[in-house]
Amino acid sequence: MQTKYRILLPLISLAVLLAATFWMQPRTMSYFGVNLLFNLAVPIALATIAQMMIIMVNDIDLGMGAFVSLVACVVATFLQDTPVLGTIMLIGLILSYAAMGALIHRLELPAIVVTLGMSFVWGGLALFILPSPGGASPGWLRALMTSKPPLMPMAVVAAILFSIVTHLLIMRSGIGTVLRGVGGNTRAVQRAGWSVIWLKALAYGLAGLFAVLAGMALVGLTTSADANIALRYTLLSIAGVILGGGEFIGGKVSPTGAVIGALTLTLASSFLNFMRLNPDWQIGAQGAILILVLTARLLFAKREART
Amino acid sequence: MKNSMQIFTRPWIWSWLAAGLVFTMTLLLTKGQGAGGLAYAALSFGSFAAIVGLGQMLVMTLGPGNVDLSIPATMTLAATLGLKVMNSEPGNAMLGLGVALLAGLLTGGMNVLLIFLLRLPPIIATLAASLVYQSVAIWSNRGLRIKPPETLADFATGRLIGVPNVAWVALILSIIIWIVLERSLWGRWLLASGQNLRAARLAGVPVQSVRAVTYIVVAILASVAGYLLASFSGGAALNMGSEYLLMSIAVVVIGGTSVAGGFSNVPGIWGASLFMFLVVSMLNSYGAGAGLRMVLTGTIIIFIVIAASSRRGRL
Repeated sequence: MQTKYRILLPLISLAVLLAATFWMQPRTMSYFGVNLLFNLAVPIALATIAQMMIIMVNDIDLGMGAFVSLVACVVATFLQDTPVLGTIMLIGLILSYAAMGALIHRLELPAIVVTLGMSFVWGGLALFILPSPGGASPGWLRALMTSKPPLMPMAVVAAILFSIVTHLLIMRSGIGTVLRGVGGNTRAVQRAGWSVIWLKALAYGLAGLFAVLAGMALVGLTTSADANIALRYTLLSIAGVILGGGEFIGGKVSPTGAVIGALTLTLASSFLNFMRLNPDWQIGAQGAILILVLTARLLFAKREART
Repeated sequence: MKNSMQIFTRPWIWSWLAAGLVFTMTLLLTKGQGAGGLAYAALSFGSFAAIVGLGQMLVMTLGPGNVDLSIPATMTLAATLGLKVMNSEPGNAMLGLGVALLAGLLTGGMNVLLIFLLRLPPIIATLAASLVYQSVAIWSNRGLRIKPPETLADFATGRLIGVPNVAWVALILSIIIWIVLERSLWGRWLLASGQNLRAARLAGVPVQSVRAVTYIVVAILASVAGYLLASFSGGAALNMGSEYLLMSIAVVVIGGTSVAGGFSNVPGIWGASLFMFLVVSMLNSYGAGAGLRMVLTGTIIIFIVIAASSRRGRL
């Protein structure tokens, strides 16, 4: 029952927002319109999934935006010019994320601080690679991100694909259940004979993998990169996870919800554009929508909150 | 001997040692020249980090999950409104301060409403609310850069007995917070709530009021920092607070305050604030580029956290 509620509310908020957008701007109700609305949601959805992997094991990643920016810089330079070296670097970045998870667990460090410190490192490396905005998107990536699949726009196909894959991985598979168990009760998982350090490394590694995919998708859309391109993803991804029904502790996350949360956040800014709101209030209205959706969650989660 | 060893078990010592080491290393390069100037600059710029760090420290003392992400927005909003009401006219400094403090009180109150009435997790509540504060600041500012009144600007950039005035303000605030934490009932309540919320509640501590007051205090401290920073740097800018989000969390943790909550550490905040400025100026004077500077800053932060936590493990 509870899992059902968790996914119900994000779905409703997205549906309401989408209906409002269609009502205000009927022309968006087309293949092309929907693609425009959700195009930029693809990298945000991937970053949100990455953040969810970290929140799943009771940690929080304040360096996500800087990391995605770094990936974008690597993709726009090395992956474009020397694909082999670029691929090796991206794999190295994923492994370093896994190592960070292992380190955080082994030395019992606060994740909020380590990821914060690492955000400086990622940001510095990104500046090193790309001191000024530039680079170019590899052709195949550009082609993939601008492809026009039949029936549904690319962004929608991607969103459905991500949520199915991560749902199977996190909610249905054995290892996914154990990973959520780390967030729920680390000691119980340890007593059951699992190596928590490997599980944490796996969770962080998965986060790194999805963050790398986010950076690639971003470059595919923007065709160039700079060191600050995705800094706002840190807060967006956290908001997306929570909007999607996830919770900060207890391994209570929902991959599908996270994807929907990311879509809702992206749609909110388009919606505000259509409202012809004074630009001064755009950001504020986004905050207000966030608060509104989270308040609605209260009505659903009242029973849970009491316990 | 025992006493001299005991000092190394103090959580704040590491940030001071790090600050001292970085200070010395900078002076090694300049062969001792500019020591006074460097210390003066560190005290000036460190004060703003210290003031917001103190607020963040109080919030983080409440326990895991408690952090205020709206500090930068509150700083910007308070500074913008304060400077606007002063309108560069002399004699309005107190009025401006009042308005800035009021802005802090309002944002703090709003955060409390969201956290308690709507039961949102503090991270997400302050994050969402900060977007609203930012909007209000943008709307009221409209890109204008209003200069602070001359007397106020002189005060903010001036010095007393060789120490910057802003550092005196920060120091006085620190001492007040230290005394409140160590000696007052409210301070004890705060620490107790952070150590074990359930136990504190059962012991009759008004946990909710303690948390509410803490979230208001952090906003007020942020508004003071914003007001001073705008007076110091000749006007409010919309991005003036942005670097203080990470800064406020970093100084708390480097300063030795437990992230798990329940233990505050005021002296550590100062060591960490000075360190954060000094490390950047050291890397600058060694000629490190922007990229390398950030990488090293991040690495050093992580190493200090590791050093501080392995010491805790041995105890």
